[in-house]
Amino acid sequence: MATTVRTELMDCRTTTDVVLVRQAVRTWAMELGFSLVDQTKMVTAASELARNAVEYGGGGTVLLERIDDGLRRGLRLTFEDRGPGIADIERAMTDGFTTGGGLGLGLSGARRLVNDFAIVSAPGQGTRVTVVRWK
Amino acid sequence: MDRIPILKMGGFLLVTIQVDMHDRLAMTLQDDLTQRISSTGARGVLIDISSLEIVDSFIGRMLANIAGMARVLDAETVLVGMRPAVAITLVELGLALPGIRTALDVERGMLLLRRAVGGDTPAGPGPQGEVAVPEARRADGDDGQD
Amino acid sequence: MPRSSVIPRVVTDDEGALLNDWLAEQASVAAPGVRANPADRDESREFLALLRNAVQRGNLETPAGVDWTPVRDFLSTMSRGRVQRGASPSQVATFVLSLKQPLFARLRGAVGGDGDALADEIWTATRLIDQLALYTTEVYQKAREEVIARQQSDMLELSTPVVKLWDGILALPMIGTLDSARTQVVMETLLQRIVEQGAEIAIIDITGVPTVDTLTAQHLLKTVTAARLMGADCIISGIRPQIAQTIVHLGVDLGDITTKATLADAFRLALQRTGAPLGRVAPRSV
Repeated sequence: MATTVRTELMDCRTTTDVVLVRQAVRTWAMELGFSLVDQTKMVTAASELARNAVEYGGGGTVLLERIDDGLRRGLRLTFEDRGPGIADIERAMTDGFTTGGGLGLGLSGARRLVNDFAIVSAPGQGTRVTVVRWK
Repeated sequence: MDRIPILKMGGFLLVTIQVDMHDRLAMTLQDDLTQRISSTGARGVLIDISSLEIVDSFIGRMLANIAGMARVLDAETVLVGMRPAVAITLVELGLALPGIRTALDVERGMLLLRRAVGGDTPAGPGPQGEVAVPEARRADGDDGQD
Repeated sequence: MPRSSVIPRVVTDDEGALLNDWLAEQASVAAPGVRANPADRDESREFLALLRNAVQRGNLETPAGVDWTPVRDFLSTMSRGRVQRGASPSQVATFVLSLKQPLFARLRGAVGGDGDALADEIWTATRLIDQLALYTTEVYQKAREEVIARQQSDMLELSTPVVKLWDGILALPMIGTLDSARTQVVMETLLQRIVEQGAEIAIIDITGVPTVDTLTAQHLLKTVTAARLMGADCIISGIRPQIAQTIVHLGVDLGDITTKATLADAFRLALQRTGAPLGRVAPRSV
């Protein structure tokens, strides 16, 4: 069980928020001492998930947490929205990239960029995506 | 409202993306570029992303769109200056950016474009970076100047 | 021992002849094709002299005491030297063990017809020499571990060896098995160098990679893809037949990545691609 050392809650309602979230995640990742590549991966994942919340989730929030599990420290992001939810999560996770864009790449791509990934979603119940990168 | 400036360099257009782009800026850029390619008859577009620290799927789509539109308008697109961390992340993300040429920097990008659309005589750049190559002229005699 | 041993006398009186016989024995048990090293003669002579001193002091039971320190020190140095030169443990131990035969021959002569005495002497001699040989093996082990540790740290330093072969051409000779973490570091370093050097071509040479598994192959592919996104291209060289088979079996598709058998071939190709003026020098006359 990881303990939370620090938290910040941010809005994820507009595309401007997406930019702000990216910047915040970048700052937190730097402070945690992530390598440049790891920072980039985390910020990119955050960008994908924030955008999902805005575009498909009807807007939501993201909770930034600095956590510690005794052995390592990490950055946890929890994106939450009250949108329509995802009916078929598995399919959403395997959709490939198309020029039309889509939820698929955001989720499956984000998962590849982080260490821990968890998603809870159901039609009518919104979506919560939690990702962690450990130092 | 901000607009990303589009520079004309001889028969090519150069776009330098430096800011953290939000949607409206991205849409505006795509519109502006399409306009300029069309009006100038530019044969190539250089997109300099050496300042970008992040390229997510949204930016990736934008770049793919630009390249697609440019090709329809008979122009080649070259993406220059992608940072290593960005490249690594894009590969992990699974973003392939098909059909977009890439170069290490603007200079090499220009060279690439000249070889691709302007014949293969690598003459030095003139004052405007223009290479006098007959093929670059449009059939209607318009020499590409605004 | 009920009576004093003849070993000290044998080793002292016949030292010269014993030395020659011992050298002959060493040569005869050496690996075929191994030429006698002139230093071996000096080493043997020195050892014998030290042995003579030690046995004259009297304690033939065990070579652990202070009387035997010079002998042990010598064996230690000799052992380490041979480790450096790449000798095997048995080769090093044989140096000492091969003394038995010549020594036994002389013991038989010195003891005359006394069977019991001979048995005792041979037993004493054997125990002594065995312990000395075991000592060399222990030293060998320790020295070997030190060499390995040093090699490992050398290799770790060499683990990101990006070399500039030419303007715009980099080479990354990969050595050893590639674990995931190391490969990632190496990949990032290569891409960084590509930007710093403005290199359009990077040659990834895997001659020094004994095996390739799926993860490694994937890392290679990712590195090449990333390099291309940046505006450079990669050539993979040094793919050995076994690795080629593995790649096919794993179902890894190298796509349109250029591969070359040797680094030299890859370099030649890279020079052509970057338009280096090989054989394309335009005469400046007229």
